Amino acid sequence: MANQTIIAFENVSKQYDEDLVLKDINFEIEQGKFYTLLGPSGCGKTTILRLIAGFTEATQGNIYFEKKRINDIPANKRKVNTVFQDYALFPHLNVFENVAFGLRIKKMSKQAIAIKVKEVLRLVQLDCFEDREISEMSGGQRQRVAIARALANEPDVLLLDEPLSALDLKLRTNMQYELRELQQRLGITFIFVTHDQEEALAMSDEIFVMNAGQVIQSGTPVDIYDEPINRFVADFIGESNIVEGNMLADNQVEFVGQSFECVDGGMRRNEPVEVVLRPEDLTITSPERGKLVVEVDTQLFRGVHYEIICYDQAGNEWMVHSTKKAKVGSKVGLFFEPEDIHVMRFNETEEEFDARLESYEEE
Amino acid sequence: MKKSKWFYSTPYYLWLLFFVITPVVMIFYQSFFNIEGNFTFENYQIYFTSGTYLKMTLNSVWYAFLITLITLIISYPTAYLLSKTKHKQLWLMLIVLPTWVNLLLKAYAFIGIFSTHGGVNHFLEFIGIGSRQILFTDFSFIFVAAYIEIPFMIMPIFNSLEELDPSLISASRDLGANSFETFRRVIFPLSLNGVKSGVQSVFIPALSLFMLTRLIGGNRVITLGTAIEEHFLVTQNWGMGSTIGVVLIVAMFIIMRLTNEKKRKGGPLSK
Repeated sequence: MANQTIIAFENVSKQYDEDLVLKDINFEIEQGKFYTLLGPSGCGKTTILRLIAGFTEATQGNIYFEKKRINDIPANKRKVNTVFQDYALFPHLNVFENVAFGLRIKKMSKQAIAIKVKEVLRLVQLDCFEDREISEMSGGQRQRVAIARALANEPDVLLLDEPLSALDLKLRTNMQYELRELQQRLGITFIFVTHDQEEALAMSDEIFVMNAGQVIQSGTPVDIYDEPINRFVADFIGESNIVEGNMLADNQVEFVGQSFECVDGGMRRNEPVEVVLRPEDLTITSPERGKLVVEVDTQLFRGVHYEIICYDQAGNEWMVHSTKKAKVGSKVGLFFEPEDIHVMRFNETEEEFDARLESYEEE
Repeated sequence: MKKSKWFYSTPYYLWLLFFVITPVVMIFYQSFFNIEGNFTFENYQIYFTSGTYLKMTLNSVWYAFLITLITLIISYPTAYLLSKTKHKQLWLMLIVLPTWVNLLLKAYAFIGIFSTHGGVNHFLEFIGIGSRQILFTDFSFIFVAAYIEIPFMIMPIFNSLEELDPSLISASRDLGANSFETFRRVIFPLSLNGVKSGVQSVFIPALSLFMLTRLIGGNRVITLGTAIEEHFLVTQNWGMGSTIGVVLIVAMFIIMRLTNEKKRKGGPLSK
């Protein structure tokens, strides 16, 4: 039953008072995949989650769940469960009762409840914690209880609203692995909301990059990282050097006054474009061998690599990630391959972008 | 640092000493003297053996219980609605406003309303039921007492409902609970602390109401409060009055213990 659409948004808009927080959203969510809604705060990603969960109503458009329109179905009748940002665990109930909450509502037998609670607590590695009070649990443990509580109801879709944001770095990285693993083991759809691009890249099958109430780009982490559709996506996902350029011809782009071979095409002649070069794709070499000559301005040691900031003659800033040190103040050459250059058109929508990509890849 | 802490807390400790500790000690001391001024345990003996005092105690507890119950039944839904309305602060203000009016004035106002030729009887005559005795009945006593105590019940319940994290309600809905289940399993248990402090602040004063028993209850209802007043002002038996006072103070501590116990057992409710 793979690749079956489980949730679909059709021209969904959401307005709070005067504020249009979602603008004509269309997407489909397939069963059994890990989705991430990624965007800066206030971009509407949590609103989408609340619409799916049923905590808020769409101003316009239709929301489908397994092909049935669910706009008017209340939250307690939907087969989705949520892991809340602040966990929203019931402080007056202990771990067992928190996890059993949904099962008691369903009027399951005492025995069945005990078995199920034990099972999901084992799933999140919290066996033997049944009798603990919530106030006695650490942040990471509460997080697991919240996941267990949601999973106990056996939802078709699990919604996660920035569940890792309150955890420290180490724990967060561990939970990323665990969540990914959990999702693959259970085979249910996860929809994960975050503003952390690393989280999104690490865990997702598919990422929806959002900004100002719109889905800007959707695709696999690799697609989005390698082929950002515009400056916003390139900037938001990973570090990037973005300079203005000119498309001379297919596979020929000009920037910083020089012409370079590239692998993009399908644009008008001499069309002004933006060019993205990822810091890790740039290698520092001698000025003679480099494709671009820049001057090293500052250098920061980041642990895994040095973050080196350089400027070219035109005054453009170039960030380079290198495991080798550079000398501040020296002139160096930057080398990169044609496929490292990503060309972005101005104001291109996702459909146009996909269509263009297909057209020149076929040639 | 330590010095300034002491400096600022001095007024509080002085207040505590002169107006809380001293009076309690004095009442306790006084309760061991009979009307002639001799040291004795007689007062306690009388209190716990005479049927009159025990009946009076039972009466007080019963009326205080009724008043608290009625106040609670009215206040909880009110506080709940209030926490959901738009202009909370305005409505809350309107509810608190009557507490600014002196108790005696309110009591006199009710005498006017409930009297034989008062507003209520006029209305009853108008709709054809005919006038009847309302003032000086148990009903009027409990009605007015509940009216006076309602704001003190609404406030703590309202506050506890306000403190409730709305995401808990979302979570409950998310896990399949309908509005009623959400109320029963989440909202009510989490507002219980407010209910407890509301009960404390209504039940204890209701035990010792005396002015209302006289003005509205027409002395038909004799509570411990009335008895204390009688002993101090009429019979001049300060010893016996103090004894009843001690009993009331002990009752107050018992109520406090009863309503606070569960909180400690269940661990702190805060996050």
